[in-house]
Amino acid sequence: MASAVTDAMLCPSRRVFLAGAGAFVAWASLPKASYAAQGRDPRFVAVILRGAMDGLAVVPPVGDPDLPALRGDLAIGTGSYGDTLPLDGFFALNASMPLLHQHYKNGDALLVHAVATGYRDRSHFDGQDVLESGETGPRMSKTGWLNRAAMVIPAGDRVAPVSGLAAMPTVPLILRGDAPTLTWTPPELKVASADTATRLIDLYSTVDPEFAKVLSAGLSTDKLAGAMDPQKGGGLAASFRSLAAGAGKLLVDEGGPRLAALSYDGWDTHTNEGAGEGRLAGLLAALDGALDSLATTMAPVWKDTVVVVMTEFGRTAAINGNEGTDHGTATTAFLLGGAVKGGRVLADWPGLKPNQLYEDRDLFPSLDLRGVLKGALRDHLGISEADLTGKVFPDSIGVKPVDGLIA
Amino acid sequence: MAVSPPESFIALQRFGLGARPGDLKAIASDPRGALLAEISPGALRITDSALPDTIAAITDVRSIQMQRKAEKQNVQGAPVPAPSAPASAPSMVMGDGMSSMDGGDTMATPARGKGQGKKPKLAVTLPDGQKPGNPLSEELAARLDHATNAQVGFAERWAMFWTNHFAIEAATGQLVRWTVGPFDREAIRAHAFGSFHDLLFAVTQHPAMLAYLNNATSIGPDSKAGIRQHKGLNENHARELMELHTIGVQAGYTQADVTSFAKVLTGWTFGQNQKQPERFGRFFFNANAHEPGPQTVLGHVYNQPGVQQGDAVLAMLAGHPATAKHIATQLVHHFVADAPPDELVALLSKTFMDTGGDLAALATALVSADAAWTAPMQKLRLPQEYVLSACRALSLTPKPQMLMKDLETLGQPLFDPPSPEGYHDDAATWLAPDAMANRLDIAQSFAQQADSSADAREVADAILGDAQSSATREAIARAEGPVQGLAILLMSPEFQRR
Repeated sequence: MASAVTDAMLCPSRRVFLAGAGAFVAWASLPKASYAAQGRDPRFVAVILRGAMDGLAVVPPVGDPDLPALRGDLAIGTGSYGDTLPLDGFFALNASMPLLHQHYKNGDALLVHAVATGYRDRSHFDGQDVLESGETGPRMSKTGWLNRAAMVIPAGDRVAPVSGLAAMPTVPLILRGDAPTLTWTPPELKVASADTATRLIDLYSTVDPEFAKVLSAGLSTDKLAGAMDPQKGGGLAASFRSLAAGAGKLLVDEGGPRLAALSYDGWDTHTNEGAGEGRLAGLLAALDGALDSLATTMAPVWKDTVVVVMTEFGRTAAINGNEGTDHGTATTAFLLGGAVKGGRVLADWPGLKPNQLYEDRDLFPSLDLRGVLKGALRDHLGISEADLTGKVFPDSIGVKPVDGLIA
Repeated sequence: MAVSPPESFIALQRFGLGARPGDLKAIASDPRGALLAEISPGALRITDSALPDTIAAITDVRSIQMQRKAEKQNVQGAPVPAPSAPASAPSMVMGDGMSSMDGGDTMATPARGKGQGKKPKLAVTLPDGQKPGNPLSEELAARLDHATNAQVGFAERWAMFWTNHFAIEAATGQLVRWTVGPFDREAIRAHAFGSFHDLLFAVTQHPAMLAYLNNATSIGPDSKAGIRQHKGLNENHARELMELHTIGVQAGYTQADVTSFAKVLTGWTFGQNQKQPERFGRFFFNANAHEPGPQTVLGHVYNQPGVQQGDAVLAMLAGHPATAKHIATQLVHHFVADAPPDELVALLSKTFMDTGGDLAALATALVSADAAWTAPMQKLRLPQEYVLSACRALSLTPKPQMLMKDLETLGQPLFDPPSPEGYHDDAATWLAPDAMANRLDIAQSFAQQADSSADAREVADAILGDAQSSATREAIARAEGPVQGLAILLMSPEFQRR
């Protein structure tokens, strides 16, 4: 990291001093990941949408004759309400996501529908727990599937485990575990003096090694993320974008992490959902910008990148009494990236007639999200099916990896 | 860190808001007695007469909304509504998040813990001629004052626990932002050393909660209003009431229980029409929106008429053994250890059941149990505790606007958690690289605000006492100056762990 040393001399701040010192950074001196020798150096990014995104409003099945009855005037794309962009004729994409639509047309976005984890109750917190732990039920593990995946990526010529990046101030469950994890969010505060930080690391190494580890990591990630476009006051879209762009910069770095998790809140649309215009439309537009910005910042490695966008569960098929939707079951997920065999919708459509709904109320889960994730992890990161079933997604032997997701 | 810190330090650090200079000595002879002395309703009460009650807060919201509307319509000389003047559009807002005026303010935002600029910009004047400002910064100022005046701060920590247990997101919208402070004072603090039953009723019936979890707009599909308006249920409040507020998600209830309970709660709303002053800003039962007929919740049929049906279910949940266990587990998790010792949970659970949910008895049982004192100091102070403790340690009174920003940076803004679940309180959540780097920035900033003549070594001795490790003492002594010394004190593991 010679450039960091130069930067440190020119502009000493806490954000560069540690990288300049070359210490404590688990991955800064890491050899390339295993695939590098074969000319591939894959990146994998998990984007978690917290709150349960309404899949029927994001990728509406406009060809399903039962949609209008369930959604009434709010059945997006089937009447006067809300614009959509065409996908395969049966499904359409919410018009708030034109950039994702472009990626779809370019063949690097795959939309998955009627998909759910193995969790069948309707608690956000348990649902997110299962989404992130990869277990068969809530509160079964203190570690996350992405962290466990990092531990079983084929070793190749690596000397240390692959590290993950949590693009948020705290470590989410999906990345908790034995593999090293960094956290990073866009910096805003003025920097403390490098000297104070050095003294603290020194103190911590004596009295509290855990403190030493986290502070060191915190100081060095800011440096790698580089100078951020502040984009202050830009609201939701700007904050979504700046998080994605910052994470993208870290991921594209030769010495940076290969796996990352980002999360966006706000999808719990119980009232005035606004899929065509309003709250959900705004969230989708912000997400659209963020995903595109991830693609742009990661352009040099985009061909070897897979981004999975997922949420803990879907929402009721019918609208509720407040023009919103309540907690449901199946929903949509996206796979994005140059490594994805995209340009299509993957779904085993269960239908929307009353007797086709799950518990008479939710879109039926006809596809297990773990199968999608297993297919992607196997074909993109080279993780064996034995590890996927035994370690990454325990007790998932009945859930077959989906073939043909990766180009 | 010292192997076993003195009880006076544990009392302040684990159960309170940290020492002010002199506190360790002041409570040294009877640390447990100092905690017990704060178990009194008066210790929870915030006595700042300038803070509005719920009705005044909602009145302000209405005035602001009407002024905005007038400005939007650009009507020349639009009259400013006087406080006594009836609202001209009483049905304008059905509940929070229901009004288009809440607009962008309604959205949750990612990357919490960063300045998000979500404070409403107000170009309006209240009826009394004052600018509305940000109600939360005034609430925070009152709480800082309250916290810095406490001997230990146990009552304050107890209140903060319950506020987080019954979490409300200010960012939901204007009505919630304006009423969450009154909610904390009138529902939480007024009952947190009373019975859990009373606390639960006060919380459930408060306009801020009814608006936040949408019960105010949940309508029985077969009620008069439901049939007339083709409106229906919103099960959000009923679900969180069971999952988060009472029996917990592991209690084994079903979707049918949630739906039935949501029907039971239909009609539980609050008055929004200023023309009906006896209801305005208060809980009331709207029989027209109530789903008629008996409902089955947790295997029991509730056939009571009207509001009594909800009263009965709520009372059942308040006294349920699963609630006792859920609350006991959360208390021990919050105050003592991320892996709550079973015997301590069992003790509190039993106390809850034996006393009919007497929260003062629960607090007494917690601080009287040896197991609550002997667990190692492995938890991390949450950002709100951290900031209040730093103010106590360095005798600081920062501007509330600045404190608000600091709390956002640290990831725990006042009354604005990411979900109804509230802020997590385990060390794994907060002991994270970016969070720690941000703490360093805040510590530096606090150290810069402190009295420049303070001797960091003396402050550290007074705040940490015998819990201070020799390495920390040495690092502070070797600091290049008082600011750096105080920053190291605030960043020391002894100051941050509890």
